[in-house]
Amino acid sequence: MATILEMRGITKEFPGVKALDRVNLKVEEGEIHALVGENGAGKSTLMKVLSGVYPHGSYSGDIVYDGEVQKFASISDSESRGIIIIHQELALIPLLSVAENIFLGNERATRGVIDWRTTEARATELLARVGLRENPKTPVGDLGLGKQQLVEIAKALSKDVRLLILDEPTSSLNEQDSEKLLSLLVEFRKQGVTSILISHKLNEISRVADTITVIRDGAAVSRLDCGDGISEDDIIRDMVGRSLDDRYPPRKPNPPGEIAMEVRGWTVHHSVQSDRKVVDDVSFHVRKGEVLGIAGLMGAGRTELAMSLFGRSYGRDISGEVEIGGRPADLSTVRSAINAGLAYATEDRKTYGLVLDDTIRHNVPLANLDAIADGAVVNRKREGEVAERYRKRLNIKSSSIEQETINLSGGNQQKVVLSKWLFADPDILILDEPCRGIDVGAKFEIYTVIRDLAAQSKAIVVISSEMPELLGITDRLYVMNEGRFVGEMPTAEASQEKIMARIIKTGERAT
Amino acid sequence: MSDITDSSTDGTTGEQARASWRFLKNHLREYGILFALIAIMAFFQVATGGILLRPVNLTNLVLQNSYIVIMAIGMLLVIVAGHIDLSVGSVLGFIGALAAVMIVNWEIPYLLAAILCLAAGALIGMAQGFWIAYFRIPSFIVTLAGMLVFKGLTLWLLAGQSVGPFPRQFQLISSGFLADPFNVEGINLLSLLIGLAVAAGLAGLAIRNRAAQARTGTPDEPMAFFAAKTLIIFVGIAYMSWLMAGFRGLPNVFIVMALLIAVYSFVTSRMTVGRRIYAIGGNEKAAMLSGINAKRLTFLTFANMGMLAALAGLVFAARLNTATPKAGAGFELDVIAAVFIGGASMAGGVGTVVGAVIGAFIMGVMNNGMSILGIGIDYQQVIKGLVLLAAVIFDVMNKNKG
Repeated sequence: MATILEMRGITKEFPGVKALDRVNLKVEEGEIHALVGENGAGKSTLMKVLSGVYPHGSYSGDIVYDGEVQKFASISDSESRGIIIIHQELALIPLLSVAENIFLGNERATRGVIDWRTTEARATELLARVGLRENPKTPVGDLGLGKQQLVEIAKALSKDVRLLILDEPTSSLNEQDSEKLLSLLVEFRKQGVTSILISHKLNEISRVADTITVIRDGAAVSRLDCGDGISEDDIIRDMVGRSLDDRYPPRKPNPPGEIAMEVRGWTVHHSVQSDRKVVDDVSFHVRKGEVLGIAGLMGAGRTELAMSLFGRSYGRDISGEVEIGGRPADLSTVRSAINAGLAYATEDRKTYGLVLDDTIRHNVPLANLDAIADGAVVNRKREGEVAERYRKRLNIKSSSIEQETINLSGGNQQKVVLSKWLFADPDILILDEPCRGIDVGAKFEIYTVIRDLAAQSKAIVVISSEMPELLGITDRLYVMNEGRFVGEMPTAEASQEKIMARIIKTGERAT
Repeated sequence: MSDITDSSTDGTTGEQARASWRFLKNHLREYGILFALIAIMAFFQVATGGILLRPVNLTNLVLQNSYIVIMAIGMLLVIVAGHIDLSVGSVLGFIGALAAVMIVNWEIPYLLAAILCLAAGALIGMAQGFWIAYFRIPSFIVTLAGMLVFKGLTLWLLAGQSVGPFPRQFQLISSGFLADPFNVEGINLLSLLIGLAVAAGLAGLAIRNRAAQARTGTPDEPMAFFAAKTLIIFVGIAYMSWLMAGFRGLPNVFIVMALLIAVYSFVTSRMTVGRRIYAIGGNEKAAMLSGINAKRLTFLTFANMGMLAALAGLVFAARLNTATPKAGAGFELDVIAAVFIGGASMAGGVGTVVGAVIGAFIMGVMNNGMSILGIGIDYQQVIKGLVLLAAVIFDVMNKNKG
């Protein structure tokens, strides 16, 4: 077998972060090559380098494809050489037909006039190759996610694909559709199409992949040949294999307090596809003075769980019971949830957390304006004092409280969001990915705040995809996968392998 | 002013100059709009040979623009909340017609009729705000529909005719002046005193705010700018009231306008409800997740707009002393232009009441000055359009740089 692709010593830096550090990737022609690693390990960045999203010159290292060093300046460059990437979020236009989508940007046309007969004939042919029996005139939005995925692949085939990259193609598919997709990849292998498969589902990988490259913290840590009887445990160990050092503040043992919040049978349906359960019969509790972690992969339903609890900010057909302080709690609106003592600091601070064009002074008191007002009139003096107090307490690096939050770094923006919720003085604080995309120093500061709050007998729920973080700061853990809680353990008895094993075991059973 | 301590006094002069420059760059927009108005007034004062600031013309200028200013205040809130209202011109016309039919045809007492008209305006605003806030129908569409509907209803109500004249007292809304108890020859002393009191009051407030900021250690406006700005505003208001006092005194509608500006400035900058409207316009999702009832506030913002459009309708009808089917046509564009010239952002979350009012007067002074110069309506439109474009381009460039 010839080598179709070799990426040598790829290093990609973003301001302040080294996303990829001398990564090597070697893919043989006609194989299915799996790329695995934790969220944020650098898989997607590596694929963006390969496909020209990050153009030549913005990274160091060489891409050797087809025996030549390539200098892709854009996606269209890599596509013209037959490298096609299919992203997790599909790039289809729901209101256009299947045929229109397949040939979007690549229309069958003479002098700008579309030849509909050729378009539909070719589309029908391509659909047959991916095993999709649909009228090419059907709007893509009318198809299920599994079929849309197949349309994406048909689109790739229309561009004479030689190297097909799929970024978590099965993460939103059910078992039947996943199965179909995987057998399609096997079919392509016979036809000589090479695939790179990014996935978290190790059972799928061990079934179809020929070779596996494991990426961790921006470096390729191992290359496994599936012929040698690789076990899932081996892959997991390579994925998570790093030790915890003192990146976390010391834990003072708190005597477990009484139950602050208890949730029973919480079920939430998807806000658009109302027949899909994104949170399925979840029950849990959190105690005063406890830091509770919710582990899981992206898309497990953790954010949906938190947002649906917080004033029904997500989803529809929500059912279940919540007790706060032993009494049934009214969480029907955000206001009533805040009044009940709940707070939720979002994972997406720019979209959901901050009024970016506004100042620190105006953002900090936003969830508790009445506390800085005399009646309906804002007391500017008190407002300034509050904002200044939190700026100092959380060490928000800024010129003054009059600085607009859009000009702050990610870590400092996160501290403003945290300040807002601390000022609302909740009993139960849900932190969704509190340290995503921020530097190590700011992380430590935020972890310290979390431990301090616990010491003040607040109940803290931390949602995170970074397992070391959860192991470092929580007291107890739940594991969530595909909408359900699939495990509970004291952090002292938990390990990354145990958590991963829970996720993967349930992933195999999932329907 | 010994209570004002400037934080930069301990630095060298070079550092001070640099700090001033940086401050000016960051706040170019706020000063720019005020200087633009002054520059435009100065230009027309010279070009018209001093006619612009003659007491009679100045009084006219205020009267001519009062209804635009009143609506610009409401529109500022709508635009800050991230919406737009295209129906205000038609609502103004419709309420004028409603007032005329009630007062002239049905002989309802003018005071009761005025109250009913304001209530009708608020109801119209609510009817539109209901769909925008609770059903998420784009405000552009809802108020475009409203614009057509109320234009049609005006025609229907007036049966295509002009209705008037109004009783004398009703006309006084627009054509009355503040009575002067002092009876001094050649000058309306009360008006002058009120003007001076307002000017002094504003300066006093500014100085108090500055002192409060100095105590909490955050005055970032260099002393020179602060002094110049406060002085210009003081002298400007005092001079204007002296000019108007020399004619017939302050018009009634000027008092109404000044009160509205004061109240809405306070609401937007100092009250929690104002803070919440800015938050909704700045980031609706974040505002909702902070427990702010965005739907109800949007609804109320439109109700308020409807009521202010109704007030403007009464002022306009009283000024013309008749209700015509054509009243208000195209006003929405002047109002929206005034708000954007005044520094509001199409995306919402940005803008001030005072900016919108200055924007309205920039448009008004240009209309008035160009008319005095005898420039045709054709060129006037072109020039106004270009000024609007220039103001917004300036805004966007200024923002991108920062």
